Amino acid sequence: MLCCIQIFPFIGYRGPALSKSERLLIKGGRVVNDDQSLYADVYIEDGLIKQVGENLVVPGGVKVVEAKGQMVIPGGIDVNTCLMKPYLGTQPVDDFLQGTKAALAGGTTMIIDHVTPQPGDSLLEAFEHWQEAADRKACCDYSLHVDIPQWHGGVKEELELLVQEKGINSFQVYMAYKDVFQMTDTQLYEAFSFLKELGAVVLVHAENGDLIAQEQRKILSMGITGPEGHPLSRPEELEAEAVFRAITLGNRVNCPVYITKVMSKSAADTVTQARRKGSVVFGEPITASLATDGSHYWSKNWAKAAAYVTSPPLSPDPTTPDHLHTLLACGDLQLVGSAHCAYSVSQKAIGKDDFTLIPEGTNGIEERMGFVWDKAVAMGKMDENQFVAVTSTNAAKIFNLYPRKGRIAVGSDADIVIWDPDRIKTITAKLQQSALEYNIFEGLECRGGPSLVLSQGRVVYEEGKLQVQQGAGRFIPRKPFPDYAYQRIKFRNQVQHGVSRGMYDGPVYDVPSTPKYITPAPSAKTSPTSHQPPPIRNLHQSNFSLSGAQIDDNVPRRSGHRIVAPPGGRSNITSLG
Amino acid sequence: MAERRGNWDKAEDDLPVYLARPGTADQVPRQKHGGLFCSVEGAYESKTIDFDALSVGQRGSRTPRTTKRDTGLEARSPASDCKSSSPRLERPAASRDSARVEIRAAAGKEVLQNLPDEKSDRLLIKGGRIVNDDQSFCADIYMEDGLIKQIGDNLIVPGGVKTIEANGKMVIPGGIDIHTHFQMPYRGTTTVDDFTQGSKAALAGGTTMIVDHVIPEPGSSLIEAYDQWRQWADEKACCDYSLHVDVTHWNDSVKQEVNTLIKDKGVNSFQVYMAYKDYYQMSNSELYEIFTFLAENGGIAQVHAENGEIIAEEQARMLQMGITGPEGHVLSRPEELEAEAVFRAITIASQTNCPLYVTRVMSKSAADIISQARKKGNVVFGEPITASLGTDGTHYWSKNWAKAASFVTSPPLSPDPTTPDYLNTLLASGDLNVTGSAHCTFSVAQKAIGKDDFTQIPEGVNGVEERMALIWDKAVTSGKMDENMFVAVTSTNAAKILNLYPRKGRIAVGSDADLVIWDSDSVHTITAKTHNSAAEYNVFEGMELRGAPLVVICQGKIVLEDGTMHATSGVGRFIPCSPFPDFAYKRVKARKQLAVLRAVPRGMYDGPVSEFSPMSRGGTPSASARTSPTKQPVRNLHQSGFSLAGNPAPRGPPTPDDIPIRPAGRRIVVPPGGRSNITSLS
Repeated sequence: MLCCIQIFPFIGYRGPALSKSERLLIKGGRVVNDDQSLYADVYIEDGLIKQVGENLVVPGGVKVVEAKGQMVIPGGIDVNTCLMKPYLGTQPVDDFLQGTKAALAGGTTMIIDHVTPQPGDSLLEAFEHWQEAADRKACCDYSLHVDIPQWHGGVKEELELLVQEKGINSFQVYMAYKDVFQMTDTQLYEAFSFLKELGAVVLVHAENGDLIAQEQRKILSMGITGPEGHPLSRPEELEAEAVFRAITLGNRVNCPVYITKVMSKSAADTVTQARRKGSVVFGEPITASLATDGSHYWSKNWAKAAAYVTSPPLSPDPTTPDHLHTLLACGDLQLVGSAHCAYSVSQKAIGKDDFTLIPEGTNGIEERMGFVWDKAVAMGKMDENQFVAVTSTNAAKIFNLYPRKGRIAVGSDADIVIWDPDRIKTITAKLQQSALEYNIFEGLECRGGPSLVLSQGRVVYEEGKLQVQQGAGRFIPRKPFPDYAYQRIKFRNQVQHGVSRGMYDGPVYDVPSTPKYITPAPSAKTSPTSHQPPPIRNLHQSNFSLSGAQIDDNVPRRSGHRIVAPPGGRSNITSLG
Repeated sequence: MAERRGNWDKAEDDLPVYLARPGTADQVPRQKHGGLFCSVEGAYESKTIDFDALSVGQRGSRTPRTTKRDTGLEARSPASDCKSSSPRLERPAASRDSARVEIRAAAGKEVLQNLPDEKSDRLLIKGGRIVNDDQSFCADIYMEDGLIKQIGDNLIVPGGVKTIEANGKMVIPGGIDIHTHFQMPYRGTTTVDDFTQGSKAALAGGTTMIVDHVIPEPGSSLIEAYDQWRQWADEKACCDYSLHVDVTHWNDSVKQEVNTLIKDKGVNSFQVYMAYKDYYQMSNSELYEIFTFLAENGGIAQVHAENGEIIAEEQARMLQMGITGPEGHVLSRPEELEAEAVFRAITIASQTNCPLYVTRVMSKSAADIISQARKKGNVVFGEPITASLGTDGTHYWSKNWAKAASFVTSPPLSPDPTTPDYLNTLLASGDLNVTGSAHCTFSVAQKAIGKDDFTQIPEGVNGVEERMALIWDKAVTSGKMDENMFVAVTSTNAAKILNLYPRKGRIAVGSDADLVIWDSDSVHTITAKTHNSAAEYNVFEGMELRGAPLVVICQGKIVLEDGTMHATSGVGRFIPCSPFPDFAYKRVKARKQLAVLRAVPRGMYDGPVSEFSPMSRGGTPSASARTSPTKQPVRNLHQSGFSLAGNPAPRGPPTPDDIPIRPAGRRIVVPPGGRSNITSLS
């Protein structure tokens, strides 16, 4: 019996087929998608899934992988990595090669990296630079977000080009980093409006930069220069405030908003509440916020404390990871990134005398899937289908990669992980793929991990051994207007209408011309002591009445009212009132 | 009951104060009359705080404890019944004292600036039910020289005193309208209600004190504006007043002025704007600085909370869409912008540990944010206004332009018709604390400045006269709120925030004689024809309200009686507010002591430091690469410098003071002349 799950006639861009001869059959596994789990075999050819079902008819000489009843899940998608983010002339120690190796070792078969141009740089050039580096080095498929460092008219053209020709559908804006990346509310409003027209997803780094700058000054002036100054100057309230503001902006513009790095309970709660009210908003906690907390900022070991520095900071509240996992499990937060941005200790030491100079970033690309399994699924908070949803499927949907990625179905890419829920591993910097000399999860035990990873139909990781091919990763272009984010938006694009009413033709107070346009506000142009114009109200006091509290009230005019009718017409206001 | 009190008093003498009551081991005789909720005679006396500081020339004032003990001991002999006179037995002496003081000393007269005829200053209210924010009880009130001199039954008063028979009606502290804009200049004109007209309307509605906003032009001096307002109000106001000062721009000289206003001028609350872009609006950094400054100096930060930047964008969009009528006002200022700004203001206030006061809570979502913040422990007060408690924003769509325009105020009334009910509920539950009117009336002709462009319509609605009756009708008669809470939200809480309590906002010996006899049954219909404001419209037109003031007494004089006003303009005094009101600052002070941040004592990091190109300008921390990203990464130089990897094998999660063990064979870059602190400390 051939039992096909789903058939997707998928026609899309394909990179150079590096794995042509690769034919593979996964036998005896339990296929877990985000909507259901079932026992089925999976047959793979040319990097695509060709058949899913039982008793498949396959050509001879096919390599067979025995899954032995283990879970067969879609490869993870890490939506937030920074493998090339420059900081004061240095770059993270994990580049696209090192980073994607770590990703594959953790069961992640696709990453979406942030292109981070500096203010003044061309977005397009930066994008090409990133793409070129990644094409050379990446071992798994990748895509790119582009960060908008500054908002001005010239950016618009580049954005349009990136969306229409380069296959980018997500852009990050910053509400923090005053005087560098930070945008004002007005700029955010414009950016949101413009990106919405393009059908892009707006990623928001949500922290109130103005207040952070003030707090940093205060903390430094108190003589606190160590890493503990980082969370002290960026309390979680400031994160929640910015999340709230970003969502308000998104509602006004009617644009989907994606909050990168949800690090605190209050920020997550804000997202949850907004979703209850119907806002189109997505929240992304990261590995670090899901697995550890901010108490380490107070470590006596400077280098250790500095290793945890990232923005928004990890919350010192030790119940945060649990809370975030709960929200992930119930769907209030949708997907998990890693925000992997690895700076070595010597790089972190740039800020040894001033915490504001410590380069920001934590590791987590390799540990991401394991910790979600360990802390959510193994704890009984989340089922395996939701696990697939938050680690892979939702990401594919939000960024318009679905069902090519994020699903095991006929026609999808053969990015598959055989997941061993019982594997127990202790995280340590010694055994990690990342080039870092530390690991912020050092010593944590993690249950669950990949036993086999397929990327583009090839086995890249098996029983602890990586067999990657540098440069095998393809750039996956993404189309604008992802349904998952934009379907609701389209329905909400209604036009408001004004009230059609007759012209007001009663008396009008004569305003002295003001030199500049001002928003409506009380404004005393005359000096208070100068002569007051005689109160004009007596002239009109009994002109007409607004009595009656109904909307379309039909109160008859009182007798004895004079109506000042303008020459040549009856007063509209009374005829309508 | 008397015995019980006696027992307590004995216990109090032996034990420390904090143990006195709960620690009493004696058997307490069961109370015979009325049970748990009967009014306990004499109880109000203990609530009367020491007035030595406040009451001028009143020698006989006592501390509550002594008074109480005296009464308790004395009360043992006479059989005390429900109309017990035990406390009063001792009263007359005190009152005679004070009366003598008045007659002799001129000090008493100084308080009554503008009252030449002292004879009519003596007033007795008989048979009323006094309602304070904490309790209600039946007692007579004797007033003299604009102060309450005696409270109790069977008062001994001088002859020839004018007596008002209250016949069991409620006697409440006069209302305090904490938010008005009388005689406010606007583009060369002023609002139609000046201080005379406005304060008359206030008195007619049972409000005996107003707090007006001083709005200096951005760039001009705050103190000059303050003096100007003082002059206007001193000339014209018919009731006592106080002032808020709006901070419309911020720099060091403004800082000095704010300091002077707090220290010397009797202003303790300052409003800042988060809306009106390019005009009044303050940036987040400025708000932070202002709040920090106010927190240090004991001021209350009031905010007009709306996101001005988004409003500006939305206004441009509305006008572009061809919406120019008053409905554009509410469409361009949706309530979530109000909620957003409230949230932001609360965040900033909590960072700076400054008490926050949100003026004009107009929508459910803004009110919700405030009540959530209060649940989290933030010191924040919300002020709904008469309009938001009584009507809604559906009228912006009226076909009658002038009617629609008359509702224009900012933040706008919410089009959600359930808003007034909701806000009244929160007021009743204590999540919102005070009510203002934001009375700011423009004539229709003035509103018509914006007939072709809603952004030009002058903003403001009436409400000073209707405030008390409206809350009574919507909250008390509907059963949401009791009469004590009514007093709290219309008067007492405002007095507490302004640090005028118990001089205002309470009926107690020594307080100002600002009283209202409230008729809870009278029904009247609001209409512009009969209201006391000079405006031609009334946003509550046609509304039937139950509850109205019967008699209003301001500064010890009857100003409203049988529907006739006897207000005299110019008698209103400026009441200076002192900084650090306990109601707001007690918690703030306690938190200030807790929130001392300390650095972690740790040795210098002396490991390798990566080369980096320094930032050209002192920016905030951020990635800012001056070099091109193609530069060779430097990490290889230090890659194996040292490791933080702990023992790989069996260890629990790292503790903050975890010890990374250096793997053998690693080089450590040791700076010349010292061992590496990082390893020695770790």
